[in-house]
Amino acid sequence: MASNKKYWKSVEELNENSSIVETLRNNEFVEEIPTDEFLGDKNKLSSSSTTRRDFLKYVGFSTAAATLAACEGPVVKSIPYVVQPEEIIPGIADYYATTIADGFDFVNVLVKTREGRPIKIENNKLANAYSGANARVNASVLSMYDSLRLKQPKVEGKDVSWDEVDLRVRASLKDAKEKGGNIVLFTNTMASPSTDKLIEEFVTEYPTAKHIVYDAVSSSAALDAYEKAYGTRGLADYDFGKADVIVSVGADFLGDWQGGGYDSAYAKGRVPKNGKMSKHIQLEANMSLSGANADVRLPLTVAEQRAALVKLYNVVVGGGASASSTSSDEAIAKAAQQLKAAGSKGVVVTGLDDVNAQLVVLAINEALQSEAFLPEQTKYVRKGDAKAVSQLIKDMNAGNVHTLIMSGVNPVYTLADSASFVEGLKNVKTSVSFSLKEDETALSATIAAAAPHYLESWGDVMIHKGHYSVMQPTIRPLFDTRQFQEAILLWTGNNTAYYDYLKEVGKGFAADLTWNQLVHDGFAIVGENTAVNASADFSGAVSELARTKKEEGFELVLYTKTGMGDGQQANNPWLQEFPDPISRVSWDNYLTISRVDAENLGVKNYHVANGGLNGSYVNIEVNGVKLEKVPALIQPGQAVGTVGLAFGYGRKAALKEEMQVGVNAYKLYNNFDNVQSVKIEKASGDHEFACVQLQNTLMSRGDILKDTTLEIFNTKDAKEWNIFPMVSYDHEEVRAASVDIWESFDRSVGHHFNLSIDLNACTGCGACVIACHAENNVPVVGKSEIRRSRDMHWLRIDRYYSSEDTFAEDVDKKVNAKGFVETRSAFLTLEHPADNPQVAFQPVMCQHCNHAPCETVCPVAATSHGRQGQNHMAYNRCVGTRYCANNCPYKVRRFNWFSYAKNSEFDYNMNDDLGRMVLNPDVVVRSRGVMEKCSLCIQMTQATILKAKNEGRAVKPNEFETACSAACSSGAMVFGDVNEKASDVTKLAESDRAYHLLEHIGTKPNVFYHVKVRNI
Amino acid sequence: MKKVGDHNSFSRILFFCLALMLSFTTISFAQDVAKGKELFNSNCAACHKLDGNSTGPSLRGVVDRHDGDVEWLHKWIKSSSSLIKSGDARAVKLFEEWNKVVMNDFPGLSDEDIDNILAYTSEPKAEPAAATASARQGAQSGGDGVSDIIVLGALTVVLLLLVTMLFFVRKVLNKVIESNGLAKEIHTTIPIWKAFVKNQFLVIVSVFVLVLVGSYFVYGYMMQIGVDKGYEPVQPIHFSHKIHAGDNGIDCKYCHSSARSSKTSGIPSLNVCMNCHKNISEFTGDADKDYGKYTPEFYTGEIQKLYDAVGWDAAAQKYTGQEKPVKWVRIHNLPDFVYYNHSQHVNVAGLECQTCHGPVEDMEVMKQHSPLTMGWCIDCHRKTNVKMDDNEYYAKIHEELSKKYGVEKLTVAQMGGLECGKCHY
Repeated sequence: MASNKKYWKSVEELNENSSIVETLRNNEFVEEIPTDEFLGDKNKLSSSSTTRRDFLKYVGFSTAAATLAACEGPVVKSIPYVVQPEEIIPGIADYYATTIADGFDFVNVLVKTREGRPIKIENNKLANAYSGANARVNASVLSMYDSLRLKQPKVEGKDVSWDEVDLRVRASLKDAKEKGGNIVLFTNTMASPSTDKLIEEFVTEYPTAKHIVYDAVSSSAALDAYEKAYGTRGLADYDFGKADVIVSVGADFLGDWQGGGYDSAYAKGRVPKNGKMSKHIQLEANMSLSGANADVRLPLTVAEQRAALVKLYNVVVGGGASASSTSSDEAIAKAAQQLKAAGSKGVVVTGLDDVNAQLVVLAINEALQSEAFLPEQTKYVRKGDAKAVSQLIKDMNAGNVHTLIMSGVNPVYTLADSASFVEGLKNVKTSVSFSLKEDETALSATIAAAAPHYLESWGDVMIHKGHYSVMQPTIRPLFDTRQFQEAILLWTGNNTAYYDYLKEVGKGFAADLTWNQLVHDGFAIVGENTAVNASADFSGAVSELARTKKEEGFELVLYTKTGMGDGQQANNPWLQEFPDPISRVSWDNYLTISRVDAENLGVKNYHVANGGLNGSYVNIEVNGVKLEKVPALIQPGQAVGTVGLAFGYGRKAALKEEMQVGVNAYKLYNNFDNVQSVKIEKASGDHEFACVQLQNTLMSRGDILKDTTLEIFNTKDAKEWNIFPMVSYDHEEVRAASVDIWESFDRSVGHHFNLSIDLNACTGCGACVIACHAENNVPVVGKSEIRRSRDMHWLRIDRYYSSEDTFAEDVDKKVNAKGFVETRSAFLTLEHPADNPQVAFQPVMCQHCNHAPCETVCPVAATSHGRQGQNHMAYNRCVGTRYCANNCPYKVRRFNWFSYAKNSEFDYNMNDDLGRMVLNPDVVVRSRGVMEKCSLCIQMTQATILKAKNEGRAVKPNEFETACSAACSSGAMVFGDVNEKASDVTKLAESDRAYHLLEHIGTKPNVFYHVKVRNI
Repeated sequence: MKKVGDHNSFSRILFFCLALMLSFTTISFAQDVAKGKELFNSNCAACHKLDGNSTGPSLRGVVDRHDGDVEWLHKWIKSSSSLIKSGDARAVKLFEEWNKVVMNDFPGLSDEDIDNILAYTSEPKAEPAAATASARQGAQSGGDGVSDIIVLGALTVVLLLLVTMLFFVRKVLNKVIESNGLAKEIHTTIPIWKAFVKNQFLVIVSVFVLVLVGSYFVYGYMMQIGVDKGYEPVQPIHFSHKIHAGDNGIDCKYCHSSARSSKTSGIPSLNVCMNCHKNISEFTGDADKDYGKYTPEFYTGEIQKLYDAVGWDAAAQKYTGQEKPVKWVRIHNLPDFVYYNHSQHVNVAGLECQTCHGPVEDMEVMKQHSPLTMGWCIDCHRKTNVKMDDNEYYAKIHEELSKKYGVEKLTVAQMGGLECGKCHY
């Protein structure tokens, strides 16, 4: 029977006379269709000769033509070499050892080249190599193929030849010499003995010349302190692997502190061996990588950190001065006692840009006779002299500089007082800037000299005393560029080629190696380091430090992000899209602020419907310099009263539009001090972040990330701290993973690949993420796509915060909650990270499940399992149903929503001919509409197998590698064949710390993790 | 056909005459010449040619050039360096003329050997006769073309005549029928197509058949899209695999050397061509062989194209540095999403190149022999046994797998050669 009931869709319908109801009934589209856009122009319409029928004809013909054309295969041309170089075999990669030295990163690397073009940076694995390429170094290969590079020299903005540059510069130098005008060579830290020699000769030729070194992010205070104590300008080196107790006061030594490069040694000491591992105590304001890895982290303001240093000194060295009290005096006292007890096994470092603080640290380490502290191994990777730079700007403005030759620096962007530098440049007769790009400084200088990338240059580097490295070109220069050294040689009047000059210098250093061997290895160990003695007024420094007053207002702590560093690679899409390990935000910098301060200021962070993160804008003011509309991000672990802001963003010159993101923190970098007093006020509007991880806590889910303390690890049975899910089977409790409703495949034959990830060794540095990008042609999707959670990273590093003070307490809270009301409120609070949370990193890629949920739901069998344990993905078979991604419990499958190559909507490296040169020819570039994911670098495992077959031998233990495991310098990722008893991964798989991610769902992954152990 | 027969016998006669003539002129040295040729080829040909300069000067008529001073030539050949050192004016002049390239000493050659070589170099050039022969050949083949047209024309005329005749016959017969009054009866029958339309069974059957046949052909057409079996593009330089790999028996991997070690077999770089072609500047060929429509001049012209590309000045015997890389048309194209490795198949499996590329040594113009479809790959992987003798890599896996499958020899498929990810990544 029909019902007479009437249903309303809205209250409005009750009103019969409502005009809205009538409109809605007649209009399918509520919003006006913008027909005016193409029908509005009456003149154009009437003048057009295309009728509707013509239009249909065109459509019909072009469709037919396109169909016919598609049936015909394209003609492919192949152009072989006329004379093929002996070492090049098409299809086979060549490797060259070289060294990156861009003024910020210094490390020995191997460069993989294919048919003469570098496509990937790898670690130089020779013993004693200064190895450990970070994310930026891994990405540096793409910076060479930057389409916005300076392609030829320019004088006053016009393209010229090098001859003309030579004429201009020589004339200017001659003029300066005759008139006694000052010549200044203004460079970044090169740490290059041959360049130093060259510059010496240049100064002999032009006596009025001097050399000023400038680091955009300065370590001037540490350099001054070391110079005062040991007489030479350099930095002390550290080996954190030798320390049992590490106390860091504001030093992000796993990041870029004093040149970085400490993480691999640190990670060695972090893996529990014989029940022992190092203890790391971090006192800091911003949440840094080091803080995230620390066993104990104390969020302290900078003023408190100074007091803490004094207290450490008082306990370890004795005497000293009275220090003001801090919020965690007890913990500091405990740390000091532990440090003292550790004796020579303890070490202290600090990141405070304060000579006294640096001196105090040297004194403490000397007093401890720390084994991890290596003052005799002087590091030369930072040489910038803050005072000299300030003096230079004064001289320039006074008109005392005749000719200024710059190399590798961009002071117009990186100086806080860049306005007066630009003003001063006007008083300089001739200014030359050797630069990769037409950056802010190259635009202001008279002559923009196109410089080659380090992969196109010769050079040498003294990273630390006794370690001499060589840089060699891996490709012929792409553009009409010239090296700074080559030019200086020429302008000195020396007609030797820089290569010959370098060879002479190199032979002088590594006399027992042939030149070929030196270039082949990329480095040489030269000479013994003799012990040095510190002599400085340490007690004076302590009392001076104790006297330093806290300034009013918020403390702004400026820092460098793992991805961006000092910002010289800002046009590198890989690095822009690289999510910050701590905040997981890409494509931005932001003011990190503590929850308490954010609430006081009314600053909010919230999620919107499409999954994006929004945050309030704030205006900040330092010393009269205002930055407006800085996005604020609430950062767990940020010390109350402090805020953080990263360098390297807010650049405009020579950057693609998409990369012009963030604000320029260098504007606030007064006196090269990373701590500034700042005024903050909330501004109107909200910022849209591109954050790839929205859930910040584990919600006490122990089977995702397992962690325990060293004490429990040492004293209790593995069953108690590495709990496996159990089920009842045949009336017995057995491990869930051992029960199977599937008929299992025999995996004992042939290779069976496993990847081991040690959560103790992983520092979250992200080198593997970029290495994976380079190896597997992973596309860059851009900020707005990332915001829609459409990132394409095959490998992500999840970062989790604890909700209570530790993850263990999270679990207790969940377990102990009783009744509905209590449980509900417990879960609600577990969503929010603590103000000073424990942090854990977990790299997640395709887990290559032996019982893969994705494989069973694919309607076209595009994803299937191989005998060697890899989950295969046949892109050409995929039709894009995305069932697999929905059924993947690990959420590691990535869908190509668009064509990311040759698409101007995604104007990144795959959209220009130059940027595409970095693509790996062994891996296909995926097209639109297909699913992709980590393949466990099947192209690499297959290549290893083929190499063995070709050589007629069995594969050696540990010969297999993936891009991520090869890039991991901390040893957290180990890849190999578990059917090979002698390989490392087999031993790791049997470790009692090993567990599988979400083991209870029975997917039997081929990737396994190791329980994180903390030395609390 | 008859004409072709004529031409063959004619050229045979011509060659016979030529041979006869040559044998008469050289009858006095007959034995020496044969030996001399052998010695020349093994000792001198690396640097000298009979006609035309190479690394060293052209050697035909070298005795005459030196006014018959055989004694001096003997000295020179045995040890040119000591002759130059001794300050012999003629020797020094020659040495300087040829950019001071030192000629190897041949102390091993006896006086008799040298005499034989010199006798061989004193042979007059056979070129004029050969030239006439080839000119003849050209004329003859031209004649062939004309005769074909005549025959075709005659046939067309005959056919046309037949058609007209039939037309007239029909007309006449119609007239006969009309005059006999038989026409009416014929017109009363139903036309066949109407009868067909009325018979529904027939219509259904024929539509069914048509659809089946149609889909068969459409499917066939669709399946060959993108399959380029038989693809035989015109290349910028006419490179004859038949002459190189067939007639001269050069190993494939001499030029395509990276097939042994790399994923690509590699198009040889031009310097590999110049290893031989530095000395072989013109096509001499084998007189008895049929090169189809290609003349020796044509082949020599193609060699010249190589010289232009690589920048070799044959007259001055040096590189000009003006290189023009050759844009070859790639024949075997696999899609980007397929990974194929030559060394796996050539070096590890020990396959002959011909297995996939066909009888390349018989191909005047290179073409794609195999369909290169996935079905074709898979078929072979199913049937072929893995060659694992003397390869340490396979030792363990073979033992385990053959036990598992209970077979003596494993096919590629059993080794995992059908897994998607082995070729698609």
